[in-house]
Amino acid sequence: MSAVALLLEARGLRVGAGTRTLIDGLDLQVHAGELWCVMGPNGSGKTTLLHTLAGLRPLRAGELRLQARAIASWPPAELARQRGLLPQTLHDAFSASALDVVLLGRHPHLGRWAWEDAEDEHIARAALHAVDLDALVGRDVTTLSGGERQRVGIAALLAQDPPLLLLDEPVAHLDLHHQVTVLRHLRKLARERGKAVLLSIHDLNLAARFATHALVLGPNGMLRQGPAESTMDEVVLSAAFGHAVARERVGARIVFVAD
Amino acid sequence: MARALRLWLLLAGLSLAALLLALAVGSSTIAPQDVARLLWQPDASSDSEVLQRLRLPRALAAFGTGGLLALAGALMQVLLRNPLADPYVLGVSGGAAVGALLALLFAGSVLLVQAGAFGGALLSIVLVFALAQRDLSRVDTTARLDSAPRLLLTGVMLAALWSALITLLLMLAPEARLRGMLFWLAGDLGGSDAGGWPLLALAALAALSWPLARELNVLLRGAAMAQALGVRVVRVRRIVYVLASLASAIAVTTGGAIGFIGLVVPHALRLVIGNDQRVLLPACALGGGTLLLLADTLARSVVAPQQLPVGVITALLGVPSFIALLLRRGGTR
Repeated sequence: MSAVALLLEARGLRVGAGTRTLIDGLDLQVHAGELWCVMGPNGSGKTTLLHTLAGLRPLRAGELRLQARAIASWPPAELARQRGLLPQTLHDAFSASALDVVLLGRHPHLGRWAWEDAEDEHIARAALHAVDLDALVGRDVTTLSGGERQRVGIAALLAQDPPLLLLDEPVAHLDLHHQVTVLRHLRKLARERGKAVLLSIHDLNLAARFATHALVLGPNGMLRQGPAESTMDEVVLSAAFGHAVARERVGARIVFVAD
Repeated sequence: MARALRLWLLLAGLSLAALLLALAVGSSTIAPQDVARLLWQPDASSDSEVLQRLRLPRALAAFGTGGLLALAGALMQVLLRNPLADPYVLGVSGGAAVGALLALLFAGSVLLVQAGAFGGALLSIVLVFALAQRDLSRVDTTARLDSAPRLLLTGVMLAALWSALITLLLMLAPEARLRGMLFWLAGDLGGSDAGGWPLLALAALAALSWPLARELNVLLRGAAMAQALGVRVVRVRRIVYVLASLASAIAVTTGGAIGFIGLVVPHALRLVIGNDQRVLLPACALGGGTLLLLADTLARSVVAPQQLPVGVITALLGVPSFIALLLRRGGTR
């Protein structure tokens, strides 16, 4: 394992919003090639954690290093080449074509005076292809459905092409086919191109199928993490969600069924 | 990039044509070839006098003011992420109007009115900036509400206050001064002696905002996305606020509260050329200038020697054509 690059390391991390402390004492190591799924009930701090890990929120306590360098000391543009974040809600106040929105993902790679060139457009089109949006390249994003808009956001993150990808509920609005398409692509990026992926997700079955590692947040500061197979068990998940969850085996797959 | 250049050249050509028209038309018509000759070699004729002393400074002021308004409108729309924003939405024109009306009430020299207008506009800018610090200096990327409601609300509230003060001043004003005050409020370039200064300001502010244009594109997709892509959101927002406010302040000082240009020119251009701020901002500067120049030419020639306030013309011509553009584009979507 020592040969695999450690991309993100948190020690004693405390995360909060307003007066609430949501997560405390989190130690986390994310290596290249890993796909982490963050699970937990509503309001357990998944979004706040992701934004903190992305360096967009100050730490309440602890340390956070991206590639061995304190996250706060990265200049914003350099940071944007090393980690990307897909926010949960995407806001469009004005029209723009899907391609133009995905091209924005190239922003950190361009100098102040540079314009996107053919190479950037090639990357953007490939990203749109990866999320099965070839047919909607020229469509106005304000006319897309929620799931289609979500995939445009994912494509923009793919075009940004950072070593560490953080995604806040990337498959929440997607239909079944595209949930699997997107997660497959992310797994491929982790396996074949050494990316590290950390995403929050509510679908336990998809998480069990695609995650290499799991981080489960629960009430009263409960934290469980480790390889997905061993971490995602009935006891941990039932406690985290405050709801009985059973684990079954269907063919070669593990499925979770809520009581 | 090549497409942008072609577009700017086209708009620049239109600007020159509009300028030629503005210089030729008026209470006396000057032939186009004479316009060109008299511009380079003034002589003692009355045409030369009219051209050099009256029409040229006014045409330059009109172009500069129109460009500033359209630029300010485009920037405000990005800053507030609100398509309804115009240069005056945060109260700049109200502050300027109160300053200008006070000057008209007590003194009335052109210089004092302009000083009053600019002072009032600056006061308004500083007030909004100070009151909306929380919105301008902080970004919460996890917030579900992404626009800048506090900034907008602060501006709108201040505008309401200014508008009450304007009514009060109009009530208190003696009959003899009322007409001048109403003209100022409607937007009028007749009293301006600014000449080329607004144009210079336009060039400077457009040049300062253009390097930020791609960051503005990113900002249009929300603060979270912008921050994640390495845009220094707080800094960019502050700079845009200052640039847009200054542009509005200079425009309103030159021509009074001319409506419509700042709201509609950016939208009309967006519908036609798309929403890349790198292309749009210079296009707004040229397009806004051209439109106001044409409107002002109409305002001073349609019932010559009488003059109409240019703000009335911009609204009368602009509203129907913009609605037509909206309907036409709406049908193709």
